Amino acid sequence: MVIAGNSRLLEILNLTLDLDNYLEFRMNPSDFVFFVFSFVTIASAVCVIFASSSVHSVLWLILSFISAAGLFILLNAEFLAMLLVVVYVGAVAVLFLFVVMMLNADPKKTKTKFSNFVPVGILTALVIFLELGVVFGGWKFSEELYINSVPSNFIIDDNTSALGNILYTNYFLSFQIAGIILLVAMIGAIILTLSKRDGVKRQDVLDQIYRDPNKSVILKDVKPGQGL
Amino acid sequence: MGISSETLILLATFSLKALFVIIPLFLSMAFLLYFDRKIWAAVQLRRGPNVVGAFGLLQSFADFFKLVLKEIVIPAGSDRIIFILAPLITFVLGVVAWAVIPFDYGWVLSDINVGILYIFAISSLEVYGVIMGGWASNSKYAFLGALRSAAQMISYEVSIGLIIIGVLLSTGSLNLTSIVEAQKGDFGIFHWYFLPHFPMFILFLVSALAETNRPPFDLPEAEPELVAGFQVEYSSTPFLLFMIGELMAVVLMCALGALLFLGGWLSPIPWIPDGFLWMVFKMLLIFFLFSMTKAVVPRYRYDQLMRIGWKVFLPASLFWVVLVATFIQIGIPGYSRWEVLL
Repeated sequence: MVIAGNSRLLEILNLTLDLDNYLEFRMNPSDFVFFVFSFVTIASAVCVIFASSSVHSVLWLILSFISAAGLFILLNAEFLAMLLVVVYVGAVAVLFLFVVMMLNADPKKTKTKFSNFVPVGILTALVIFLELGVVFGGWKFSEELYINSVPSNFIIDDNTSALGNILYTNYFLSFQIAGIILLVAMIGAIILTLSKRDGVKRQDVLDQIYRDPNKSVILKDVKPGQGL
Repeated sequence: MGISSETLILLATFSLKALFVIIPLFLSMAFLLYFDRKIWAAVQLRRGPNVVGAFGLLQSFADFFKLVLKEIVIPAGSDRIIFILAPLITFVLGVVAWAVIPFDYGWVLSDINVGILYIFAISSLEVYGVIMGGWASNSKYAFLGALRSAAQMISYEVSIGLIIIGVLLSTGSLNLTSIVEAQKGDFGIFHWYFLPHFPMFILFLVSALAETNRPPFDLPEAEPELVAGFQVEYSSTPFLLFMIGELMAVVLMCALGALLFLGGWLSPIPWIPDGFLWMVFKMLLIFFLFSMTKAVVPRYRYDQLMRIGWKVFLPASLFWVVLVATFIQIGIPGYSRWEVLL
């Protein structure tokens, strides 16, 4: 298992800032993997914006998700990493891809001037930047956070049981409520598809299964030249 | 700044170890395909492949060279990069999933704690090979085929996920080696999970067939009634990569079934030693079941396939999860094996 906690990250950052030690610095395996994953994450995220076709955009987004999962593994959060791949890449992004492919947007037709989007883009970026500043400005991090990637009172054998122990005890109610919200959303989506109209034939599966072959097939002895 | 020699040595040893898994795997693929075709032929009272090599043993190699030596046809108007990328993705995902499969105690490339989740993550990515291939072909038939198989693969992934939870509840770990070790006991075969989790064993086998697009659920490539689905525009090596990737996924499901329900490398009779050969034997047993199913069961209709997945398998496995949790709570023997880990 590769181990690179936050402490190692800080160490690398300090080393890269310190020019004298910079040449001395040798990457160990987990650092190497960290740089590969972070480079791919950022590069593919940039490609999401600049890809010409929307399908390519989604594919770059998926690559970005996967390398983010790799970063989670480096933080010893292997359960979250796998969940990120299964849920986001395996389910959410597939639906994204379905919709985008169905829309079949032609990149040549939808091409508009890049400068049209610049003011809005800058405004959005500024707002998000300010919000992040407000949130993180007033936030105090404990020393412990940088040293341990896992809360000290929950160091059990692995990440999965640590997560289970905290999720089903301290945050039990929030966890259940989140589940119920998802259930309601799911039922709502199903209800939307159930429209009943007159004159529309529907398939009745039970009716099909329990059909009696003796009643539905008639054997007739047809004489030559007579027909039915 | 540079890469330390430690990194290079680690990469080199790991690649070498991976080759020890991959090369036997590829060789066995060739003979598994032959095995599959022979069984199919035997059921239909045919001879099957019997020309190339003794008893036709080298048939798969002949097929391999035939496909590799053909010209790669890329349709006009297709997305060239994605068209080539799609079979590569299917193939690579088929190979990387083997990193966490233990063949014997300690015979595993990467003994990670979330082994089973890793396999899920990989098999959930396999949908992309199908969708990308179908879309990039720029053909209506391939695209519709891709949508069809993607819907099927996603549905049955959900079902397999729930089916396995029963076993995970019993073991209390996501590590594949611990799952096998939890099935160890004085009475050999009677400690394996296929007995306490028998209904789920059956559901697992059926879902595995659907997840890997094997008959009777091979609707993505139903030859007689639909064109070959997402791979209709593929030829030569890309087609070969799709085929190998799919076969790898099938054998992976065999390995998973052997590990989760049939005790992996454990021997069924207590006084016979455990070992790698048992694992191979169990994988072959499940593969034989899959081949026989292909030969004797007629193909499902698409709406039946979806209905059985969502309306039968999903509620049944969900109910089983609740039932197993109850069994563990009230302490019915055979269900809770957490003490094995401690």
